[in-house]
Amino acid sequence: MSLDGTVGAPAHPAPGHERSSVLASLLKLRELPVILALVLLVAVTAALNPLFLSEQGIKDLLLNATILMILAVGQTLVIITRNIDLSVGSILGLVAFGTGSMFAAAPDLPIVVVFVLGMLLGAALGAFNGLLITIAKVPALVITLGTLYIFRGINNAWAGGTQYFAGDRPQAFGDLSVDTFLGFPLITLIAVGVVAVVAVYMFGTRQGRDLYAIGSDPDAARLFGIPVTRRVLLAFVVNGLLAGLAGVLYASRFNSVGATTGAGLELDVVAAAVVGGVAIFGGSGTVLGAAIGALLLTTITSALTALRVDKFWQQAIVGVLILAAVVIDRIASVRSARKLRIAEARNV
Amino acid sequence: MSAPGTRTPEEKRPRPARPAGRKADTTKVLAIPKGRTGAARILLGRDAVMIYVLIVVVLYASLTIPRFASPVTVGFLLLDVIPTLLIALPMTLVIISGEIDLSVASIAGLTSALMGVLWQGGMPIALVLVLCLLAGLVAGAFNGVLIAYLGLPSLAVTIGTLALFRGLALVVIGDNAVANFPPGLTSFFTSKIGGTGIPTVMIGVVVLVIAFAVVLHFTPFGRGLFALGYSREAATFVGIDVARSKFLLYLATGTVSALAGIYWTLRYSSARSDNASGLELAVIAAVLLGGVSIFGGKGSIPGVLAGVLLIGTINYALKLDRVSEVVLIIVTGSLLIISVVAPNIASAIREARHARRVRTAPLP
Repeated sequence: MSLDGTVGAPAHPAPGHERSSVLASLLKLRELPVILALVLLVAVTAALNPLFLSEQGIKDLLLNATILMILAVGQTLVIITRNIDLSVGSILGLVAFGTGSMFAAAPDLPIVVVFVLGMLLGAALGAFNGLLITIAKVPALVITLGTLYIFRGINNAWAGGTQYFAGDRPQAFGDLSVDTFLGFPLITLIAVGVVAVVAVYMFGTRQGRDLYAIGSDPDAARLFGIPVTRRVLLAFVVNGLLAGLAGVLYASRFNSVGATTGAGLELDVVAAAVVGGVAIFGGSGTVLGAAIGALLLTTITSALTALRVDKFWQQAIVGVLILAAVVIDRIASVRSARKLRIAEARNV
Repeated sequence: MSAPGTRTPEEKRPRPARPAGRKADTTKVLAIPKGRTGAARILLGRDAVMIYVLIVVVLYASLTIPRFASPVTVGFLLLDVIPTLLIALPMTLVIISGEIDLSVASIAGLTSALMGVLWQGGMPIALVLVLCLLAGLVAGAFNGVLIAYLGLPSLAVTIGTLALFRGLALVVIGDNAVANFPPGLTSFFTSKIGGTGIPTVMIGVVVLVIAFAVVLHFTPFGRGLFALGYSREAATFVGIDVARSKFLLYLATGTVSALAGIYWTLRYSSARSDNASGLELAVIAAVLLGGVSIFGGKGSIPGVLAGVLLIGTINYALKLDRVSEVVLIIVTGSLLIISVVAPNIASAIREARHARRVRTAPLP
C-alpha cells in the first residue's frame, strides 16, 4: 500500500483542493527536506569559511559526489520496485579493476570502448542478480547479499595482489576527472546527464511509472497487466549498468584500483537514497532526491574539514541524518494517510 | 515478488495472498501426501538437512585435510566463529519476527572503543565490562524505541544506526588502539578446556545458545515471534504485545552485540573503532543459510547453529587446505544463494509434476 506521500498524482484530488498553488506543491516535494539540509550546510560552512565556495572548493564537492550520485540513481530504480541491491559495491569494484586491466592489456584502446565494455560488464552482473530474483522468486536482499560475496570473490581471484595505478592508464582517461567544461568537472557532467535521463524516464514514460506501481503493490500491478518480471529485471540491469559506469569513472578518478575497491559501498548507496527521500519499501521517491542525498552525504566530509570539526564526527552525523530522513518520511506518510482518509470520507 | 527484508505494518498482509499466480496451491493437498509427521518431520526437515551437510563437510575435511581433525583446529575454528555465533542468536529472533538489524557490528565496535577508553582511563576492569554491556543495552533500546514504538522500518533505521554507532565509536576512541588489557583476562579468553581444544568461553556461549533456543522454541514469547513474523494482525489478535516483543528483541540484540564486542576486544587484545566492521552481513548470511526466512515467521536456533558452523568450518577447512582466501567468499555467497534458490526450484518442480498428473488423470 502506498499511503505514504507518493510522488505520482493522487488518484482523486478532493474537491476544493484543486487550487493548490505552485508554492503548495513545492512544499509537498519529498526532496524539500534534503534540499534544505544541503543548502543550510553549504550556507553555514561558506559563511564560516569563504574558501569553501571557491572555484576549486565547488569543483571538489561535485567531484566527490559524482560516483555515489550515479550509484544512488541506479539503486533508486531498484528500491522503488520494492527490491534492493547490496552488490553494487562489488560490481563497481569488478568493473573498476576490469577497466584497469583493459588499459594494461591494450593501452591504445579508445576510451569510448572502455566505457561501453565496462557498462556492459556491469549490466551483465545486474542481469545475473535480476534473473535470479525474478525467476527463482527469491528476495532481492538475500540474492544480492550472496552476489555481494560472489562478485567480490571473483574480483579477489582476478586481481589477487595486483593493483593498477594512475600511471597504468592513458593520460586522456585520467584527465576526464580533472578537465572541466564551463567550470564543471567532466565526470560530474556525466553524472548530471545520468540523473536527468533517468529522471525523465521515471516521470515521462509509461515504463517509468510502472516501476512505482510495482513498488506500491506488486500483486495489483500484475493484475493490472504490468509486466512485473520484465520491469524488475530492467531495473536491475540498469542499476548494474550504472554501477559499471561508476566503476569506470572510479578508475579514472582514483589513484589505484585493486581487489578491495568499492568494498562497503553498498550501505552508503542505500543511505544516500534513504536520505534523499526514497521509501525503503518501494513505491515512492525520485532519482533527483537520491542524487541530492548523495551530494549531501559527501558534502558533509568537506564541510567538516572546512569548519575544522574533528573528522571523527563525520560518520555519526551521517547516521543522524539518515535517522532524520526516516523520521521525516514517516511523518509525511502518516499525514498523507490521514488526508487520504478524510478525502475518502468526504467523497462517500 | 521480492520485498527487501521486512515490511512495515501497513504492508503486511496474510501470507496466503503472497505467492501471486500460484493457483495450484489450493489443490496441492489432494494429490500430494500430507505433510510429514513425527520422526520423519524432524529427520527430513530443513534443520536436519543443514546438520547433515555440516556433518558431511566435517567428516570430509577430517579425512582429506591432514591437520583438520586436531584440537588446535577445533580451538581456532571455534574462536573464529564465536562473534558470528553470538550475534546470530538474537538476529535469528529478530528476523523471525519480520524485522532486521544491520547495526549489530557497529554496536560491537562501539563497545570495543568504549572498553578501550574506559580501561585506559584507569577504571577497574569489572566496572568497564558492566558499562560496556550497559552501552550495548542502551544502543539496542535506541533501535527498539525507533522501530517498535515509533513504527519506523527497521531496515532504514538500522542503516542509520549502523553509521551512527560506528561514528560514535570513532568519536570515542578516534584513531587510537588500546591494547594493554589485563593479561589474565585476555589469556582466559583464548584458553582451552584441558586438551580438547574447546575454548573456555565456549561454555558461556553454549549456555546462551541454549537460553535463546529455549526462549524461541519453548516459551509463549518465542512462539509469539513466529506468529508476529507470519502475520502481525493475527499476532495482535491472539494477544501478543507486538511493540513490547520487538523492543525486547532489540534490547537482546544490543546486549549480545556488546558481548561480541567485548569478546572481540579481549581475544585480539585490541580495542579499535573499526573492530568487527562488516560483521553484520556475515551474520545475516549465516542466519539465512541456517534456514531463517527473510520474510519472517520461519526458522530455528539449531538450523542457525548449523549454518554458522558450516560457514566457519568450510572457511577454516579451505584455509588449512591452502585454498586461497578469495575462494572462501565465493563459496559463502554461492551457499547462501543455493540455500534459498534450491527449495524454490524443488517446489516448482513438484508443482509442475503435480500439474501434469492432474492433467493426465482420468476424470472421475
